[in-house]
Amino acid sequence: MDFELMFASFPKLLNASIITLKLLSVSLIIGLFIGFLFAILRLNKNIFINKFAYGYSYVFRGTPLLVQIFIIYFGLGQIEYLRSTFLWVILKEPYWCAIIAFSLNTGAYTSEILRSAFQTIKPSLIEAGKSLGISNKIIFYKIQIPIAIRQSLPAYGNEIILMMKGTSLASTVTLMDLTGVAKYIISTTFKPIEVFIVAGGIYLFMTFLIHNLIKFLEKKYSFN
Amino acid sequence: MNILKKTIFSILVSLLIIGNVYASDKIRIGTEGAYPPWNSKDASGKLIGFEVELAWSLCRYMERQCEIVEQDWDGMIPALIMRRFDAIMAGMSITDERKKAISFSQGYADEVASLAVMKGSDLEGIDTPEGINLTLGGSDVKKALKTITGALAGKTVCTQTATIHQNFLESGDVGKINLRTYKTQDEVNLDLASGRCDVALAAAVAFTDYAEKSGKSVVLVGPTFSGGAFGNGVGVGIRQDDTELLDAFNKAINKARKNGDISRIATKWFGFDASM
Repeated sequence: MDFELMFASFPKLLNASIITLKLLSVSLIIGLFIGFLFAILRLNKNIFINKFAYGYSYVFRGTPLLVQIFIIYFGLGQIEYLRSTFLWVILKEPYWCAIIAFSLNTGAYTSEILRSAFQTIKPSLIEAGKSLGISNKIIFYKIQIPIAIRQSLPAYGNEIILMMKGTSLASTVTLMDLTGVAKYIISTTFKPIEVFIVAGGIYLFMTFLIHNLIKFLEKKYSFN
Repeated sequence: MNILKKTIFSILVSLLIIGNVYASDKIRIGTEGAYPPWNSKDASGKLIGFEVELAWSLCRYMERQCEIVEQDWDGMIPALIMRRFDAIMAGMSITDERKKAISFSQGYADEVASLAVMKGSDLEGIDTPEGINLTLGGSDVKKALKTITGALAGKTVCTQTATIHQNFLESGDVGKINLRTYKTQDEVNLDLASGRCDVALAAAVAFTDYAEKSGKSVVLVGPTFSGGAFGNGVGVGIRQDDTELLDAFNKAINKARKNGDISRIATKWFGFDASM
């Protein structure tokens, strides 16, 4: 065990985890918007809208994240027509390709989490609102959404942790995130065990923080 | 308790089996299978290329049984050290940096590196000598490096990770550049063609092979590089304590060279004699 290398690589890896956290937070925010939108579309009675939303979540939950990144980064890069459009400004950058892939992926999972949360709301709560003469819109914003958010917290916490680990795939499209820098250090020192232990420790610490944040929120918004 | 006993037993059994596999007397040779024409895979997934064919030839000279193992490039040296295989034949240049971790046999082939761009790039016209040797140095080399430094300024330069090419680009010889590293040469080629990379650096044959097979208009620019960070030819990588195997490979390479096997196989895969 080369402890000296472990100490030397720690600050470099810590610095790289800023990119990991950036990728995670940006894609979670975009994914949350996508998730909300598609969860509502899933609850729509119109069969076409419903199937479209279902198809999106089916495709993105049914394929590996790595494949999604590769299709967006290497796949779209091969389409010559695309390279002459303004879209190329975004798709040219590995950072934005990773963000698009992560957002679409977490958006699909988030939509499923929120949909099931909406569906577990007891009809009696909505009926109670209606009997008090509250409009459908206010019932949706003031009763359904808060309950759905509370219901989905544990599952969404898991999704955040899964996504945090998923960001390590950004290194496959040349981004120097935590895993990317770990691989870089290994390529010059040829000592994978030491470096990956330190990188794994940092990932574990991030999981610890996320886990506790979700636990805190669950407690704060508990029904009791 | 019964479950615990069963678990421990099965772990022991599997360790025994793994131990047996590792104790076999076959020489296991690691290669990447993604760096044509040095080593690559055909459509059916079979490993082919200069080094695969040369490996079989060397094994015949050593009169040993061999097995070729596939390994991602960025984990090649760690995998050798951890005994996943016993020798590396993967277009790996002999450099001082790598010698700190592993031993090398004598070189069996020469690799020259080159920059490549897509046709129409403004780098196409840069005026440099045909080839520069960084070990020799001199005013010509200095002048060429200065020209290249100017030409690369502000450009995105792409190369495969953990290579001599990356070492060179990070050495400061060409100033501070916007460097991007990829897991495989295939990916470098793809991003060069897509325009994400302005210019790429690799073995010259890696680009000519790609241009030929893909039909993309990749062109070599600037000088060919050798010496210095580019090392001294390509050799077989072997664990430092494995002196017996190192000796066997050196002898086999001598025989193969004398009989003309290395040049014959090199000419077949590269289109010219890259043997040394």
